[in-house]
Order: sequence, then structure tokens, then C-alpha cells
Amino acid sequence: MSRLIAILTREGRWFWPVLFAATWLVSTYGRDAARALDARWLVKYPAAWRLPLKGEISTAMDWLVEEANFGLFTFRELTRGISWLIEIPYDFARSALIEGFERGQGSNAVEIAPSLSWIAVIVAVVAMGHYARNWRLAALVGGCFAYLVIFGQWDSAMVTLASVLIAVPIGAAGGLLLGIAAYRWPLFDRILLPVLDLMQTVPVFAYLVPILFLFGFNAVAALVATIIYAMPPMIRMTTLALRTVPDEIREFGVMTGCSRRQLIWKVLVPSAAPGLMVGVNQVIMLTLNMVIIASMIGAGGLGYDVLTSLRRLDIGTALEAGIAIVVMAIALDRLSQAFAERARTEMHDPALSAGWIRRHRWLSTVVAVAAATTLAGLLVPAVQTYPEPMMITTGPFWSDLVRYINVNFFDQFEAFKTFLLWYFLLPVKRFLGGVPWTWGIGVMTLVGWRFGGWRLALLTGGLSLFIAVNGLWPKAMITVYLCGVSVVIASAIGIPLGVLSASNERANRIVGAFIDTLQTLPSFVYLIPVVMLFRVGDFAAMIAVVLYALAPAVRYAAHGVRNIDPQMIEAGIVSGCTRWQLLRRIKLPLAMPEILLGLNQTIMLALSMLVITALVGTRGLGQEVYIALTKADSGRGIIAGLSVAFIAIIADRILSASARHARARLGLE
Amino acid sequence: MKRGSLIIAAAALVCAGGAAGTANAGAESQDPIKLTLHDWTGQLLTTNIMGEILGKAGYNIEYVQADYIAQFAGLKTGDLHVAMEMWETTGRDAMDEATATGKVVNLGETGMQAIEEWWYPSYMKEVCPGLPDWRALNDCAEEFATPETAPKGRYLGGPVTWGGFDDERVEALEMDFEVVHAGTDAALFAELESAYQRKAPVLLWVYAPHWAPAKFDGEWVEFPPYSAECYNDPSAGINPDLAYDCGKPRGPIWKVAWAGLEGKWPGAYAAIKAFNISNDEMGAMVAAVDLEGSALDDVVAEWMATNEARWQSWIAP
Repeated sequence: MSRLIAILTREGRWFWPVLFAATWLVSTYGRDAARALDARWLVKYPAAWRLPLKGEISTAMDWLVEEANFGLFTFRELTRGISWLIEIPYDFARSALIEGFERGQGSNAVEIAPSLSWIAVIVAVVAMGHYARNWRLAALVGGCFAYLVIFGQWDSAMVTLASVLIAVPIGAAGGLLLGIAAYRWPLFDRILLPVLDLMQTVPVFAYLVPILFLFGFNAVAALVATIIYAMPPMIRMTTLALRTVPDEIREFGVMTGCSRRQLIWKVLVPSAAPGLMVGVNQVIMLTLNMVIIASMIGAGGLGYDVLTSLRRLDIGTALEAGIAIVVMAIALDRLSQAFAERARTEMHDPALSAGWIRRHRWLSTVVAVAAATTLAGLLVPAVQTYPEPMMITTGPFWSDLVRYINVNFFDQFEAFKTFLLWYFLLPVKRFLGGVPWTWGIGVMTLVGWRFGGWRLALLTGGLSLFIAVNGLWPKAMITVYLCGVSVVIASAIGIPLGVLSASNERANRIVGAFIDTLQTLPSFVYLIPVVMLFRVGDFAAMIAVVLYALAPAVRYAAHGVRNIDPQMIEAGIVSGCTRWQLLRRIKLPLAMPEILLGLNQTIMLALSMLVITALVGTRGLGQEVYIALTKADSGRGIIAGLSVAFIAIIADRILSASARHARARLGLE
Repeated sequence: MKRGSLIIAAAALVCAGGAAGTANAGAESQDPIKLTLHDWTGQLLTTNIMGEILGKAGYNIEYVQADYIAQFAGLKTGDLHVAMEMWETTGRDAMDEATATGKVVNLGETGMQAIEEWWYPSYMKEVCPGLPDWRALNDCAEEFATPETAPKGRYLGGPVTWGGFDDERVEALEMDFEVVHAGTDAALFAELESAYQRKAPVLLWVYAPHWAPAKFDGEWVEFPPYSAECYNDPSAGINPDLAYDCGKPRGPIWKVAWAGLEGKWPGAYAAIKAFNISNDEMGAMVAAVDLEGSALDDVVAEWMATNEARWQSWIAP
């Protein structure tokens, strides 16, 4: 057997077909064979062999919450202290933006100062837009916030904005510090990397329960969860940006006699600012991604509006609240990018010599408007709070549209769905569902070994073994099936779109706007109409996953094609390639490393979406995490969450290794 | 938005009470009592009515959004104090687990009964005349089939976390149906809405009090009546070999609270214990909010006005 494997792996061409054929045979006949051999453990992991990890994690969690003690204070007092520290600025932001400053608690509270009026907030963001770039940006940002007011989303939007204002600086600053630490101490970097992988791939639902226990039942717990979820890209970007600072600059710093601290803070961090701002941008986006989940545990705001309207099946209202999140994401995204650019091209203002008010035109305008509207608001309430009769809603239109499509086109959708289900989804499900755990682990080890030697083999084999010993193998296979099918379809749609938008500027803009919206619009908003059109089940879930995971497939493909050396393409044209040959023989192969990275990201997003699709009834690990959440079972949730993360890590490692292979083969490295 | 205006409304009421100078006398502590809000209208109504009543009695109240099951973490530690709706049918396990620790107490029934059962829209009676008797379902299973389940009928059950033993019921009663589980309440009713718009066949889990039975015209399937023996003892009921050969139990909706509530706010504890409201009252209020589009605050205020004698007796010393 081992000789056979050796021959197979040396003969590269035969590796994949043989492996696939063997797996197919095992998947189809394995069950009967095991029964014939009277060795059912081969296909079904015996319950008696399961590790009692679930229970142990739950017990450890209880201990941490109830008993852990550092001598002077308990662990819970520590986390509650942190929670208190976060709560102070958060309450301030909420009071300033929407609730007004109050003294006293609960319904006894007496308002001592009103919040900023809607006019003042809009003037402030317009001022920031103009300060950061120009009037065009100011108009865009102002328009975004005007949408919030006119469509009656203001109150909730300000609650959401308050949590963004707190979560983003903490996430960004924390990420910066950890990133710098990882840059300075390679050992720390090596410890941090797997932790980052887990932070990004363990579904948030899995650690919500422990966070609630530790940080108390309030909006702060939601903020903590948001920060954990949104921080990793900042850490990664920081280390990356610091590493890519040109050596000349670093040496220059050393030559001028900087201390280590000065070198980092005065030389490296400022030079890495553009990269750092990309990280901040990511933190903002991920924070807004979390608003729905955060609202489930008490953050309120726009996410809560989406949830309650969907429970009433008020699709229009849910969509408007969802769009409000998108609009806010757009405004914050453009603003932060403009600030990043401004930081790069800091220029000398000719007005510098003028008086304070002229130098701080915008600041003084905002302060004046805030003061004036606050005073005027005492007399005319409309200045303080946008009057209800002037709000508009398109809610009924959307509900009617869904009804129209539903009544008139359901049969066509049904036919399409049945076709895809019979000829694609179900065969894949049967194939993967039939793979026994013993064979599956073997295959994972073999694939790992082929791409990355024994190290990777050990990792992939070990991680899949973890899933099996916790008795989650069948559920993991359902997850792999749903995720795999969605990734295939997302790539089939996304990669051509990416290639198209790389060669056509107009297509690029349209496609870009489309995928940006899909990514920031909370998936729950389109999940419910999808259920109405396609019924509860795998198909509806797959559509939702595809919509969400499309973006990286498009972006990376476009990036890859754009980055091809123009000489290569010219060489192709000169040697008489047709357009099709140019694409197939030159563009696609050369863009392959990027496309593989995009595939990697698509898989990550698809996996993160699976927990959400459990809300429309998919089975698998996502459902396991969700059940654990509703039963407040920390151990079960964490184990299932880790299993999801491990699938993601296996996919990531194998794909990165193969991207490296591809790059080496093309001579790009 | 709703929450903000509610707090303001509540504050206004308390201020009015304070000005009268009598109502505040009843409160033992001015620390806020925290009531949890979930994401369905019935619960928001129950909680807001309770909050209003406690406000009239001079208590300081605060509403906190929390997840239905995850809130027990907060109730145990005293971060949260009162949860007004814990359904026998969906929250029993979590509630038992929490009360067993001694940190959470059950404050008795709200007076509302949760009903949950298989349900079909009235137009299905034309294609399946034997309804609502469950035996008729087998004769027209194919009417309820979809390509994935054919020739069996398709029954859309609640999320797995709701329990309900539908898979067992189908087996015990030998029904030609396949159970498909929706992931959430929203998904469940999205399918109903979709089918109802097209007058298409649908058979699913519906519960009350909820807006759906008020909005859509339909009926519950009549199974052999529930009994405890039917669930526990295989030999009882129609099928001598299997349990669950009957309909679902109807259970009360409970009120639960942090165990320290009684010590800190004895008056509020008594008032919450006394709180009682019927299914019909709640059904009408939920319909007013979700279907007629009335503001939640108005509906609560109306209830408070028409039932003054009732709630006054709950807060009477």
C-alpha cells in the first residue's frame, strides 16, 4: 500500500484522478464493505470513543466565571472592570448622539442636556468630508446621512454609530499594538498567528455565551464580541505594513541615532500609515458586519430593526434598515480612506498664518451649528428631532415586488432549483456524506503531505482527527458539501466577472458597487426573500452563501489579471493569439496565484456564512453552533466553532501551499 | 427608536406620579429593575405593560434587549432581573436548568397558553376535504409534496431547537410526510406568506399567540389529544409500539426572575407574580401592532386605561 502511494505521488499526473476514483469507490461501497467485514467503526465513529471535551470546556468555563481568582480580584471582576471601562465612553457617545445626557438610572433619569441635533451631526460629517478631501466627498457623506434622516432610520443609526465609534478605535489601537509586538518579537508573532486564524474563523455565535457570562448582559458584551471579530485584519495589516517599510527609511532612522522606541513610533509607524489605514478601514467594515449579531445580544440599533421587521415579515422595512447599514458603511469607508490619503499627502495650508477661527473654519462652524441647533431645538422640536410626517418609506413597494415575483415566477424558479438540486447538489451531498471518517482523515493527510510535506500532513490530519474524535464528522461533511458547492458556484460567477472588470473600467465600477453592497448588506435581509422564493432548505442557503462569498472571487481575479506584466500580454498578441487564447493561455495561468488566494477568501466567507444559514434550516456544523447558542452550552458551541475553524484552516493551508507551487512553477518567485 | 421613546414615555409617567407625591411611596429601592426585551411583538407588549404597571407603583424600570435563551446568563448573575415570557414549549429546558441553580425563580404563569400544532391555510380544505382530522392528511399527502419530498408530503417544522417531536410523530402515526426544519421563526413564516400569496399547498408549524393565525385564514390539524402517557409510554395511544402518537401539549407561558428580586423589591415581586393576561387579549394586541400598524406604546396605553382596576389590584399592598 505504502509503495503504491509513493508511486502515485511521484507520478504527479495520476495523483488526483486516482485519489478521486478511490474516494468515490469508498464513498459508494464503503458502508456495505464495512458491514460485510463487521467493522462498523470504520465508517461510523463509535460514540464510546468520543473525547469528553465538550463537558470539560463547559466546566472550565464555569470555573473561569465563578471561581478563577488572581488573589486580589477574581477573573470575573477583571472582565467586569474592563466592561465598566468600555461602558463610560460608550454611554457618552450614545448620550451625545441620540439619547441626551441624563442623570439617574432607568426611568427615573432626568435629562440634563439634549443630544446633538440631526442637523449638527450632518454638518459635522459634511465638514469632515470637506476637510479630508473635497466638496464631492462632503456631498456624498452628507447625502448618506440625509438618507438616514429622511427614511426614519436616524435613532437606530445613531445607536449603531455610537458602537462603531467605540469599537473601531479600540479595535484599531489594540490591533496596532499587537501588530507592533508581533513585528518586534518573532516568537510572539509565531504564537499570535494561529490565534488570529481562530479569531477570524471561529463563528461569533460560538463564543457569545462565554462573553455574556464574563462581560455582563449589556451592549458592552456585544462591543467586545465585535472587537474580537474585527481586530485580526488590523494586526495582520500592521505587521505587514511595518515589514514593507523600505529598508532605506529604516536605516536612515538607525543612522540618525533613534532609540528602538523612537524608531518604531517616529519612523516606522508614520511611514507605514497608508497600510495601517487600510487596516482601520477593514476594522470599520467588519464592525458594521457584526451589527446584526451584536443586536441579538443587546446592542440595539439598526441590526435590531432588521431582526424585528423580519420577524413581522416586513421585508420593506428590513431592507430599508439594511440599506441604512450599507449607507453608513459607505460614508465611513470613504471618509476613512480620504483621511488615509490626506495623511499621506499632508500639505501646508496657506491659511496657516491666519487667525484661529480661519484656521479652524470647519471646527468653528460645527461648534456654532451644534450650539445654535441645540438652543433652537428647545423652541422648535423639529430642529432637534426630524419630524415624523416628513419621513418617507418605500417599504410597501419592496413587499409588493417580492409578492409579484413570488406569484408570477415561482414555477420557473422551482424548475431551475429542482434541476440544480438533482444534477449537482444532491450528488455532491451523497458523495461527501458517504466518505467514512477513517478514509477522510487519510485523504486529508495525504493531500497535506503532497502540498507541504510531513508538516502540513500532520496539521491537516490532526485537525480532521479532532473533528472526528468529537463525533462531528457527519456534520462536518454536510458543512463541507454546502460550502464546497457554494464556492464552486461563486467562483464560476465571480472569476469571469473579475476578468471582465479588469479589462473594462465601466464594468469594474458597476460590479464593484454591486459586490460592495452585497457584502455590507446584512445577509439576513436577503435571506428571508430567498426563502420565500426557494423554500427552506439547502438551496436557499446556498444562494445566500454564494451572494455573500462572491466578492473575493471577483476582486482577486480582477487584481490578478490587472497585475500581469503588460509585456507578457503584448508577447501573446505579437505571436498571434486570438482573444480567447490570450485569456486561456496567458491571462488565466498568470493570474492563477491571485485567483487561488481569492478562492481561499471565498471559502473563508462561505464558512462564516454557514452559521447564518443555520437560521434558515441547514444542518451541519453551523446548526450545531446555533443550537449550542440557544441552549447556552459553551462547551458544545466552542467545539463546533473550532471544527468550523479547523476546516477553514485546512482549506487555507492547502490552498496557500498550492498557490506557492503555482507561483514557483510560473517563475514569479 | 421604539426603546428610546418608551423610556421617555415611562419617564414621563413616573415624573407625573412623583408630582402627585403618592405613587413613589411603594418602591423599596430606586435602583432600576431590568426587564428583558426580545424580538417578537407579544413579548414586547407583555414586558411594556408590566413595566408601565411597575412604573405606576413607583419603581424605577429599565428595558434591556437580550436573547431569549442567552438571557439566563444575565438572570443568574443579577445583571438582568425579569423576563416576562418563557414558553413552556420552547424554553422549558433552559428554565429548568436555571431554576435548578437557585439563582433564578419561576414567578408562575402569565395566564397565556402557548398553542403549537400542525397548521394549514383554509384553502387546503378544498383539495383535502377530510381536514382538520389528521387521518385525512395521509390521503392527500401528495397534494403537499414538493419535488424533493415526493411522493411524500412536506411538513415544515419549527427550528430543531424548539423540539416538538415531529419526526417521532410522523413515524408513530405512520404518516406519509417528511419533516423539514426551518431555522428560525422568520424563515418559517416567510414560507407561509409565500405559499399563501400563491394559494399553494403548505403544511407547517404555527404557534399562538402570534400574528400569523390572525393574518392568515386557516386551522390547526386535529391529532389524537395529548396526554403525558402518550409521550412517555409507547403502549398508550393508537400505535402500541411507539410514543408520540398524539398531538402536542399546550403549555403555559411563564414569568421568570432573578432570585434576588424578592429581597430587593418585594412589592415589584408581588406585582409580577400577580400579572395575568389572556390569550385573546394578547392576540388582539399583537394583531393591532403587527397587522394594523398601531404604535406599540398606544396599544399598551390603551390596555392600561381599560384595565386600571385589574392592575391596581396587582400593585395594591
